[in-house]
Amino acid sequence: MKTRFTTDTKLESEIAYFENINLKIESGDIIDSFKIAFKTYGKLNADKTNAILVCHALTGDQYVAGNNPITGREGWWSRMVGPNKPIDTNKFFVICSNVLGGCAGSTGPKELQNGSDVAYGGNFPSITIKDMVKAQSLLIESLNIDKLFSVIGGSMGAMQALQWAIDFPDKILNIIHIAGALKHSAQNIAFHEVGRQAIMSDPIWKNGKYFENNEVPERGLSVARMIAHITYLSENAMHRKFGRKLQSRDIISFGFDADFQVESYLRYQGKSFVERFDANSYLYLTRAMDYFDYDETFRKNIEFSHNPNNHLKYLIVSFSSDWLFPTIESKMIVNQLNSLSREVSFLEIDTDKGHDSFLLEEPQLDDVIKGFLTNNFAKIDE
Amino acid sequence: MNKINSIRKDWSLIETLIAEDRKILDIGCGDGGLMEQLENNRNAITHGIELNRDLAANAIARGFNVVHGNAELDLSQYSNNSFDYVILSQTLQAMMKPKDILSELLRIGSKAIVSFPNFGHWKIRLQLLISGKMPVTESLPYTWYDTPNIHFFTIKDFLNLCNEMNIVIEKSIGLTSKGKQFDISESVTGVNFFTHEAIFLLSYKNYEPIKIKSSKKVFAKNSVIAN
Repeated sequence: MKTRFTTDTKLESEIAYFENINLKIESGDIIDSFKIAFKTYGKLNADKTNAILVCHALTGDQYVAGNNPITGREGWWSRMVGPNKPIDTNKFFVICSNVLGGCAGSTGPKELQNGSDVAYGGNFPSITIKDMVKAQSLLIESLNIDKLFSVIGGSMGAMQALQWAIDFPDKILNIIHIAGALKHSAQNIAFHEVGRQAIMSDPIWKNGKYFENNEVPERGLSVARMIAHITYLSENAMHRKFGRKLQSRDIISFGFDADFQVESYLRYQGKSFVERFDANSYLYLTRAMDYFDYDETFRKNIEFSHNPNNHLKYLIVSFSSDWLFPTIESKMIVNQLNSLSREVSFLEIDTDKGHDSFLLEEPQLDDVIKGFLTNNFAKIDE
Repeated sequence: MNKINSIRKDWSLIETLIAEDRKILDIGCGDGGLMEQLENNRNAITHGIELNRDLAANAIARGFNVVHGNAELDLSQYSNNSFDYVILSQTLQAMMKPKDILSELLRIGSKAIVSFPNFGHWKIRLQLLISGKMPVTESLPYTWYDTPNIHFFTIKDFLNLCNEMNIVIEKSIGLTSKGKQFDISESVTGVNFFTHEAIFLLSYKNYEPIKIKSSKKVFAKNSVIAN
């Protein structure tokens, strides 16, 4: 396999081109060529033992740390990744790539179809978490890294980390799985469906061909983001942050303006999301999460036990107020791994910040990630 | 002996009961102190369960395989005979269902190591006899209303339970309140009186599988696990 690399100066990102590779994806479709946008931080050591892949969540991207040129803000996990941070780039070589189907430079519905000047839009094939991980494994291979020290992710990133443990156990040493699950639950699928319906019922969506008129289904996409954002918080966190406080007014308006701060906040979240995310990408990626399922007893037994994964270490973390990926879902993974006598650690962190906790200030999360990486890295160094 | 010294003493005695290169589950592992000791001195592969969130987080951050959870609910996830030793150090008296825990220990481990403070020690008996109040001692330092120790028992009680459950006591070590060590099985008289803390190495009796008459299959009784 020969991979071509370029640097996209506008995106401030490396791009890897996989040409005429005929990637067969889970749906049965074949993607003949594709590209993956990625960023790296820190230095790969001489023995190539210090590489960590960080997998982003649904609306994340390859800008895990440093500047994100799309938003003009800091990377989504810059509090976790960087020099002397818990995932220490003085010590580790961190790779973060935009998932297949994403919209920050990797091949996805926003990008041009191979050999044409029209974007994929709704013609993009339905992709899965397994397909994303397959594409990542090709990227890692093209970087001449035989073995990743760790694969780390939260939410959809956790699904990818688990998928790595299932599909490529011989290419990794450990995973850190945060706020994830063996499956996307019925409730989670339901919320995603409301988001997708909001996008698809926006008249501008036009079966995914909105780009032909240079338009964006802003209203649909922002409503999808608003509902999703509620699921990332908790009732307590919302109450603490907003209560029933009014926005820029002293009395209620008896109308449908954003009277309450929480409304104003959600509208802002929706509006700013539209500026950085592609509506079709949102449809495809939410679908990929919906299809994730290793819950069935027979399947998980097969996937976890019939694999050369005895050497793997697992760190599973959940948050007490996360109702989107509740602790019970993480414990199912822990139970499964313990029943197979695997080396698993598990911690439920006590917080009221909900599913989003993994992106926020949680000292205990920092401690366990830093300690888990440092101590396990010292063991392979011996 | 103060509490910390007593735990250290406990650990070093537990270590003497464990062979090299074994797989161990430490229930109530704290921040991994005993696990560390057994990894260093016995080249053990260790796993732990800890109920306290902060202690579990510390143990994980120190690089140990520790699951934050409740032993009374979470032991069922482990498969039969998946460990060489399962250790329950100074915790049995704090369990809701000590008998169930004991049988779980010997289901998931080939051997179990259990240590506990002896409620039959003469100081405790004397306190109750003279003051008529629930005893408070160095090894059981809590008042009756805020103690985590909800099931008090003596060495005699424990021996009776083991007998009832067909558990074999492979080794037993007693400690006096001065830290003097002796073999419980050899010193018959006054053991229950002078033992301050006790440590037991347990296993199941090795039964032949019970054969049930059937034309085709041989059944083995589930509750008897042969090592």
